[in-house]
Amino acid sequence: MLEKALVGDKRYWTWVISLMAVIGIATLFYLRQYSEGLGVTGLGRDVTWGFYIAQFTFLVGVAASAVMVVLPYYLHDYKAFAKITILGEFLAISAVTMCMTFIFVDMGQPFRIVNVFLYPSPTSMMFWDTVSLSGYMVLNIIISHVTLGAEKQGIAPPKWIKPVIILSIPWAVSIHTVTAFLYAGLGARPFWMTAILAPRFLASAFAAGPALLILFCLILRKVTKFDAGREPVQTLAKIVTYAMAVNVFFVLMEVFTAVYSGIPEHLEHFKFMFLGLEGNSMMAPWMWVSSILAVVSLILLLNPKARRNESWLVVACIAVFMSLWIDKGMALIVTGFVPSVLGAVPTYVPTVTELMISLGIYALGLLMVTVLYKIALSVRGQWVSKKIVETQRSPVKAGS
Amino acid sequence: MGIDRRKFFKVSGLTALGLAGGSVSKVFSSEDSLGTVAPVRPEGPLTAQRWAMVIDLRKCHEHADCNDCVTACHTTHNVPKWENPKDEVKWIWKESFEHAFHDQEHPYQQESLKHLPALVLCNHCDNPPCVRVCPTGATWKREKDGIVMMDWHRCIGCRYCVVACPYGSRSFNWRDPRPKIQKIQPDYPTRSRGVVEKCTFCDERLARGMLPACVEACKYGAMHFGDLEDPNSNVRELLSERYTIRRKPGLGTNPEVYYIV
Repeated sequence: MLEKALVGDKRYWTWVISLMAVIGIATLFYLRQYSEGLGVTGLGRDVTWGFYIAQFTFLVGVAASAVMVVLPYYLHDYKAFAKITILGEFLAISAVTMCMTFIFVDMGQPFRIVNVFLYPSPTSMMFWDTVSLSGYMVLNIIISHVTLGAEKQGIAPPKWIKPVIILSIPWAVSIHTVTAFLYAGLGARPFWMTAILAPRFLASAFAAGPALLILFCLILRKVTKFDAGREPVQTLAKIVTYAMAVNVFFVLMEVFTAVYSGIPEHLEHFKFMFLGLEGNSMMAPWMWVSSILAVVSLILLLNPKARRNESWLVVACIAVFMSLWIDKGMALIVTGFVPSVLGAVPTYVPTVTELMISLGIYALGLLMVTVLYKIALSVRGQWVSKKIVETQRSPVKAGS
Repeated sequence: MGIDRRKFFKVSGLTALGLAGGSVSKVFSSEDSLGTVAPVRPEGPLTAQRWAMVIDLRKCHEHADCNDCVTACHTTHNVPKWENPKDEVKWIWKESFEHAFHDQEHPYQQESLKHLPALVLCNHCDNPPCVRVCPTGATWKREKDGIVMMDWHRCIGCRYCVVACPYGSRSFNWRDPRPKIQKIQPDYPTRSRGVVEKCTFCDERLARGMLPACVEACKYGAMHFGDLEDPNSNVRELLSERYTIRRKPGLGTNPEVYYIV
């Protein structure tokens, strides 16, 4: 089926080549990081994990969110999602690839990563995260390959795939739970040591992922013949609404516990995040933007009129995505290190190298989404871009 | 990479040779053939059921300018010296009391405690979180004597152990450390960039019958090293006679470095 990705119009190739160019530039930055060491990043003794690990965490959520289309479709036979389930699965595959790449670039000795498999260490949450992420990747590749293959031949997918799909549902929950456990089990880091971290991760994932999927569906409607339809988009919007509301509720619960108890080692992190600590307020403006975006998105989403209006829905989805990206992709990891275990208040700003490498990994993910969506829609004969369709439909213009 | 590796094999080979030479010299009581390698004591290696350290901070405070233990450790173990604090690699260093004992300071504390530094190093916890989180077994607690060991050749540089350590005792090599080592000691390996390192209670010296470099370097008897399981050991004697504290005892890590304050 891969051959479907190798034919396309000019617009498709321009987009693909632009993404490849970004990946190429990012590779050069990575080579520099590889030869000089992680010292070229803004990371250091006190802030040991930063932008890369934060992107990894955020994207595990995007990957897990595929379950929000898979579950209604396969478990509840919700037919409206028939067309978009494959889009969710392909988004998951691309997101997991980005996750793995972010981990790879964060390693001090990336080519020793095989040691994780050579010396399996079940006491380490990182070991389990590797297992669950790779398993999720394999499950999604098998499921999407088999179901799309069957669709191509116009037959029903084989029966054995059903249990595999059912297995992928709790598995999706597991990847984000285990990712939360990476952080939540560390006595050294009180900011993360909260039982609500995993539920909060899942809530934010089930808001950000489907919000992204809505945006993708609407983009596809613009640039291809594919139309997800109104109902699936509206159902996704409801999922985003519930998940975002639950996420905000969870965050407020965390704030209450820290503020009301007043225990410094919990409170200080929140102070740093929203107000700044010892003159270091680098995170505060971001967190306020994130909070405002969260409120704006909820106002729009909870109001059925706004939610049903697709223009407002786009605004709401972008607000949800940006709000949660700041919360998880910037604040959550770094704040765990401020103050440090020794009570210092370090500063961390990602360097250009770090940002360029991250941009390259996002470009890689977008490239995968593009290619995979192209394959899926070509199989259904829906890829053909609007322009070509219009030309074909107006023979007068074409003939003249 | 290729050069690094060659250099490493050269150094580790030399170390192995040195150790072998040492054991031969023990048997034949001949002179040490390699001048660079410290001599082996005839009594054989120092062993214990559970190594522990007691640091007398009052003695450190009496000699606040003294930095002998830090220098001795960092020279012995080829620890690089970075100017930028974010790149720093440290095995043992001085930290302010309020940083070292975050939960035990108060604004009206004795002046000496408030401002004078406390020596900090790996606590060789009985229940080490770093070991629990390591995804490759590159750091582990040695069964025979409780030392938390580190394998720089297995370490993938994920820094999970650095994140999990409540004491900030682990250092990551953000850059190639070799150009920043003041004088390379040939009988101890250097590290490559991208791996984590820390104090190992001088396991390599214990094997040769020598006390840890910091303990040996201390002129004022502020550092005591001994077997916690032996009721007659120096550390047990101090612990039973003096009031001692440990860093962040509430976390259940059971640190094995005790402080007399």
